[in-house]
Amino acid sequence: MNTPANLKYTKSDEWFDPATGKAGITDYAQGQLSDIVFVEILVEAGETIEAGKPIASVESVKASAEIYAPAGGKVAAVNKGLADKPELINSDPYGEAWMIQLEGATAGDLMDAAAYEKYCAERAH
Amino acid sequence: MIDVSTSLNASAPDQTKVKIVEPTIFELSSSGRVGVTMPASDVPETALPPEHLLRPDLPLPELAEVDVVRHYMHLSSFNYSVDTGFYPLGSCTMKYNPKINEDTCRLPGFLYTHPLQPIETVQGNLALMYQLQEWLKEISGFAGVTLQPAAGAHGEFTGVLIMRAYHKSRGDHKRVKMLIPDSAHGTNPASSGMMGLQVVQIPSDSRGNVDLKALEAACDDTVVGMMLTNPNTLGLFDENIEKVIELVHGCGGLMYGDGANLNALLGIVRPGDLGFDVMHFNLHKTFAVPHGGGGPGSGPVGVAAHLVDFLPEPLVGIIEEGEDDLPPLYGFVKPAKTIGRMKAFHGHFGGGLVRAFTYIAMHGPDGLKDIAQYAVLNANYLQARLRSTYRIPYDRTCMHEFVAEGRFEGSDVRALDIAKRLMDYNFHPPTNYFPLIVHEALMIEPTETENKDTLDAFADALIKIAEEAKTQPELVKSAPHTTKFGRMDEVKAARELVLCCWLPENFSDQ
Repeated sequence: MNTPANLKYTKSDEWFDPATGKAGITDYAQGQLSDIVFVEILVEAGETIEAGKPIASVESVKASAEIYAPAGGKVAAVNKGLADKPELINSDPYGEAWMIQLEGATAGDLMDAAAYEKYCAERAH
Repeated sequence: MIDVSTSLNASAPDQTKVKIVEPTIFELSSSGRVGVTMPASDVPETALPPEHLLRPDLPLPELAEVDVVRHYMHLSSFNYSVDTGFYPLGSCTMKYNPKINEDTCRLPGFLYTHPLQPIETVQGNLALMYQLQEWLKEISGFAGVTLQPAAGAHGEFTGVLIMRAYHKSRGDHKRVKMLIPDSAHGTNPASSGMMGLQVVQIPSDSRGNVDLKALEAACDDTVVGMMLTNPNTLGLFDENIEKVIELVHGCGGLMYGDGANLNALLGIVRPGDLGFDVMHFNLHKTFAVPHGGGGPGSGPVGVAAHLVDFLPEPLVGIIEEGEDDLPPLYGFVKPAKTIGRMKAFHGHFGGGLVRAFTYIAMHGPDGLKDIAQYAVLNANYLQARLRSTYRIPYDRTCMHEFVAEGRFEGSDVRALDIAKRLMDYNFHPPTNYFPLIVHEALMIEPTETENKDTLDAFADALIKIAEEAKTQPELVKSAPHTTKFGRMDEVKAARELVLCCWLPENFSDQ
């Protein structure tokens, strides 16, 4: 499981990059969901959103999941190409599969990489 | 049990083997072949409709009757059904459907009637529906029942509409939230969402019950109610059910029961007595109406006394009492504050209601109780046989089903692989990856209709597959090997959608 040290994490398995304002779902989450076959980004650039608001809906061969904003702020950009290539979430969850980019984001109470890894390990049982 | 493993080269399963595929009926077509002989016309010829309504060709397949019969016989032999084998699909109650139900629903008096006939000419149909309403009330402990909803999710939608209408009638407009446990069927949040309600997910505790603290925190005067399946999708009877209902009622909410798992309760516990306010029945699960091919389902809804006035119209009622030898006159009645019609006519009459009526009549009260007891016994027997091989995360005495984990320490074999491998042993796989709160879930519901030999054969197969997962994991991961088709590429099927649809050439002009 890949958990980059520079990112922050939510209990609902989203990542947030305080440096760039980008957000997406974690490697752990894509592994649990398995092959992702559909993704729809539910917010648009220019919108101001609160942390915890649904920003995307993802479907895999196993389940469907809502993805929530790890932080609040103004949506500067959304990854429009992702809908055509949902498999990017499996292959590159922290890179090409970013979902939204926030501007002036106010990150709430997020976990660091070590805490998130521990949290994932606890849930494996 | 067939020993499938010996007939296969386990180290290199042959994925390239060409499977025999039945051509489509269009591929079988040959110009000029016919399957019918048209009689000479015995009516005068008339002119054709105007030119612009005609088309030059009608691309239908051309085959002889025998070719058509063989084609569909071949296709039907690819199918797996409850009539061919064990079908332990959790939460679906795939019990055997007694054939007498097929006889009764084909009785000419039921078959050759129309819902718009004058009621005097369909008294038998109405008497059956009235009696079925009464029986379902008695079985569930509710004061009123509608037979209209077409299936379970339609029943949920009906029930939630009734809950909303109840709050509205009291001028209570603040209520916008539906509480739903994390073990719920996906239809529960979907039905609430269709109503525009906010769904609040309530976690389960370590024993698989509703987490009472979380529930208490969520209960306030904005709650419409709670949708709860009991026994839940882990196959567990909520040990705090009375407290759960008390909390929801305490904040003015109503308690909705998802009747999907009613099979486990027949003749033992009545949801109405527990304090549920609304519940849908799945006649196609509990009362042996065939399902699995997409329908038809049947999802009657029962309500407690304070909600009877909101039921959909029309209900079947007695509009003129009988006397001595004279039977009553049955007809349609309209509840005072009805939410309106939920279906054009009166529910799935022949498909669902007549079959379920027959099933209840054939069993009688004691027989219905037997159903629940054997369903629970069978599930517990299977759970006990598998407990030391498969991890049971919520390991308690179960009701009619239980959920095991389809994964093993140090192996990358998954629930999906185990499910596929079961097909090689000629069993329908159990539900997998549901409920979501169990890792690699295998949800097993044997139902009451299976004997001990079948249960043992199924347990043997699962134990053998667990062994194979250790010794020949590739054999399991590439299963099935003995079916008409090998492992389907579910990812490709979901990602590369091919929509087949022909539009008239000038469609865009119209």
